[in-house]
Amino acid sequence: MGIKRRAFLIGGAAVVGGGIFALHWMNGSAATKAGKMTAKAGESSFTGWIKIAADDTITLYSPHIDFGQGSHTALAQMLADELDADWAKMRTEAAPAEMAFANSALGKGFILGAKTVPAILTPTVNAAFGAIARYMELQITGGSSAIRATGQAGFRVIGAATREALVATAAKRLGVPETELTTTNSVVTHAKSGKSLRYGELAAEASERSLSTTPTLKTAKDFKYIGKSPDRFDIPAKVDGSAKYGIDFTMPEMRVATIMAAPIRGGKLESVDPAPAMAIKGVEKVVKLDNAVAVIAKGYWAASQGLAALSPKFSDGGNTGMSTASIFAEHDKLRKSGKPENEAGNGDVKLGFATKGAKLLTADFKVPFLHQAMMEPFALTAHYKDGKLDIWGASQSPLGAKMVAAQAAGLSGDDVTFHPMIMGGGFGRRAPQYSEVTGQVAQLAKQLPYPVKLIWSREEDVRQGAYRPQCSAALKAALGADGKIVAWQCDYAQVADAGGEAKLPYDIPNVALNHFTYQTNQTDGFWRSVNSTQHGFYTETFMDELAQAVGVDPLAFRLKHLPKGSRYTRVLEEVAKRSGWGTPLPAGVGRGIALVESFGTIAAEVIEASVREDGSPKVLRAFAVVDCGTTVNPKNAEAQIQGGLIMGLSSAIGEAITVEGGAVVQSNFSDYPILKMEGSPTSIDVHFIESGAPMGGIGEPGTPPATPALINALFAVTGKRHRTLPLAA
Amino acid sequence: MAIELSVNGKVVSVDADPAMPLLWALREDLQLTGTKFGCGIGACGACSVHINGEIARSCSVTLGDAAGKSVATIEALGSGEGQLSKLQQAWIAEQVPQCGYCQSGQIMAAAALLNKNPNPTDAQIDEAMTNICRCGTYPRIRSAIRAALSAA
Repeated sequence: MGIKRRAFLIGGAAVVGGGIFALHWMNGSAATKAGKMTAKAGESSFTGWIKIAADDTITLYSPHIDFGQGSHTALAQMLADELDADWAKMRTEAAPAEMAFANSALGKGFILGAKTVPAILTPTVNAAFGAIARYMELQITGGSSAIRATGQAGFRVIGAATREALVATAAKRLGVPETELTTTNSVVTHAKSGKSLRYGELAAEASERSLSTTPTLKTAKDFKYIGKSPDRFDIPAKVDGSAKYGIDFTMPEMRVATIMAAPIRGGKLESVDPAPAMAIKGVEKVVKLDNAVAVIAKGYWAASQGLAALSPKFSDGGNTGMSTASIFAEHDKLRKSGKPENEAGNGDVKLGFATKGAKLLTADFKVPFLHQAMMEPFALTAHYKDGKLDIWGASQSPLGAKMVAAQAAGLSGDDVTFHPMIMGGGFGRRAPQYSEVTGQVAQLAKQLPYPVKLIWSREEDVRQGAYRPQCSAALKAALGADGKIVAWQCDYAQVADAGGEAKLPYDIPNVALNHFTYQTNQTDGFWRSVNSTQHGFYTETFMDELAQAVGVDPLAFRLKHLPKGSRYTRVLEEVAKRSGWGTPLPAGVGRGIALVESFGTIAAEVIEASVREDGSPKVLRAFAVVDCGTTVNPKNAEAQIQGGLIMGLSSAIGEAITVEGGAVVQSNFSDYPILKMEGSPTSIDVHFIESGAPMGGIGEPGTPPATPALINALFAVTGKRHRTLPLAA
Repeated sequence: MAIELSVNGKVVSVDADPAMPLLWALREDLQLTGTKFGCGIGACGACSVHINGEIARSCSVTLGDAAGKSVATIEALGSGEGQLSKLQQAWIAEQVPQCGYCQSGQIMAAAALLNKNPNPTDAQIDEAMTNICRCGTYPRIRSAIRAALSAA
């Protein structure tokens, strides 16, 4: 980890809160403060992040929200292993939205505070914190970071250090050497004397000790919980209707609001006559915001009827010329200019393309804006009383949401409390910097004498998105006489922040990756696996075209460009084996393969597909082989890969946000179709390679290979190459 | 004007606009929040309930149309006293939900299917299960339905 990255971490924290909020657990004051927020009487806090109760219940406070990716259960597995805890008494709760519980506080305990990191974790800390430092500043759930960073470098170490403190306390109390003590199921045992002490009996005294930051960690052979699949904590409440999401929150006197922002992004509210809304029974107030109008009513129905009755006038921000076509035209213009904003690569492509006898291939790719379409629309409740603002609901960063609310309402962060609730999906949409709803509800509550729940309609959700950007790329490659790629150039146009996610896994002597930046009037956000979606599509579709050009099997062609015996080849060879690559298929069925590395995880997928009578694709079986180093909860990891793969297919087949006259055209699931059960694969075989490599993420890497694998399968059936998404366009 | 209907076996009276979707009567007037709002146009199925035993998307049925009818929601799918239905148990055993937001609707749709057709084929399951799940839990929904069939 270089100096530059450290500086970045400090800078990040400073921007957010005007100071550094590192929690050095060897220096007790911050930990004590954090512990006071969570530990009640009879409970003892360790580092602020976990507490042990007298009845042996162990509670872990997660800075990440569990929106179904299973991190709350998996983090508990990691903690329980190092702590030798009794699984039946493990709990996970969302950490309070306070600075002491920011991800960075956990990370900085090592990166900035402690000078040493347990040796076993050095590669993890370097890999995880290096690649995802930008997610560590706040309580962000994103970047597939919970397990590989927070779990590996945080809770495993806290668990081991706490176990050591419990053992030391027991040794003192029993008057025996620590080496004669063993721990299991939350009990310290002295075999010689037959005496034992429960963690709950030791916790209060043990919590007074200063904890080691370099405790001895277990190795994989001693794991009891990591690698197993205990049931997720959150599932029972999700099958009987009792789980309370942000949208389900209620309190006495609460009103319900709904809102409409300027349909053309960048526009402002010019005027609105509230009378038509006020005429509707149940409507109490029409509130004007800078770029939106909200209707406050007794319930959602009245609020939405009221909003529909209004004829607000919005300005257009000078953006009426913006359209899907104009964006692609600007991309092309930029590429023609030949002046990229950022350049990356290796070797000398000019030289590569000049190779004598080389075969040149070019291909142009286009992908649309994509919407996350989380199932629970934005819904936050806010109550402003006596100078304090309370907010209830879901966010991918409760701490970030608190800051956004404070700024919007003109309050200090200390006067805002964000109460995190479970969320109905996120996929990047609930990142606080794009969640305008937070600022909106804070502003509404500030001027209302009662609590207000602001619910976005699905139409608002679709039209006011923070989309995966509309992107395009022109690819060019030269194939040498040996059938190998000698030069590769990718001129890609999109907004800034392409990041390292455009990684090319193949050994190619001359590569140029040229980034042309263009900003539209739409908000560009994070969409599951972020830039890896479009780059995976470009690269893996083009690789197939190149294989075809030299008449080589697409799998063999990829293997030819990868280091022998590498993690890449192992993943590819395994997925080929499991999918029966090269074996005959029924008539009209084709197979496609793709390989994408993202978030530290390597994933290869094979899709079998055919074409329906109407020409649309029909996905049949799917196969995924994934190397994320180590899986903590394989059953849950399988679900993440399956879900990610389906989301990738859904986007390829039918999803597109288009822009006309500066405004989004689509409005609901009727014109933004999400793949349903009938359209999803008949089976998805998922296999993990437990390579022991530094842990990668699991929430996102299943998505990127799905699209190119489908496109390549369709080519195998039809001989037609699709380079513009979605297929339905 | 108060509208009477039966919800989860009890007769209730809701004083609201008869044109209001049943969904909002369930969620806001009766506090049965297991039934979710997803799209408001009957496209996603998150609001699925049973009306007189038939599957219905409660965002697209007015309260007036539900008058005098018998409505069942996810909260009443179990056999009471905290006992879950076989279908719900299968949902836990297969670890189906991710974010979980659509799952009440998915389970209600699956329950309606099995009530009508205790032995559906894969194609019939696909045909009946048209609710959207953005997390992509479809493979496990299929497994849970099949598991509930074999447990019945």
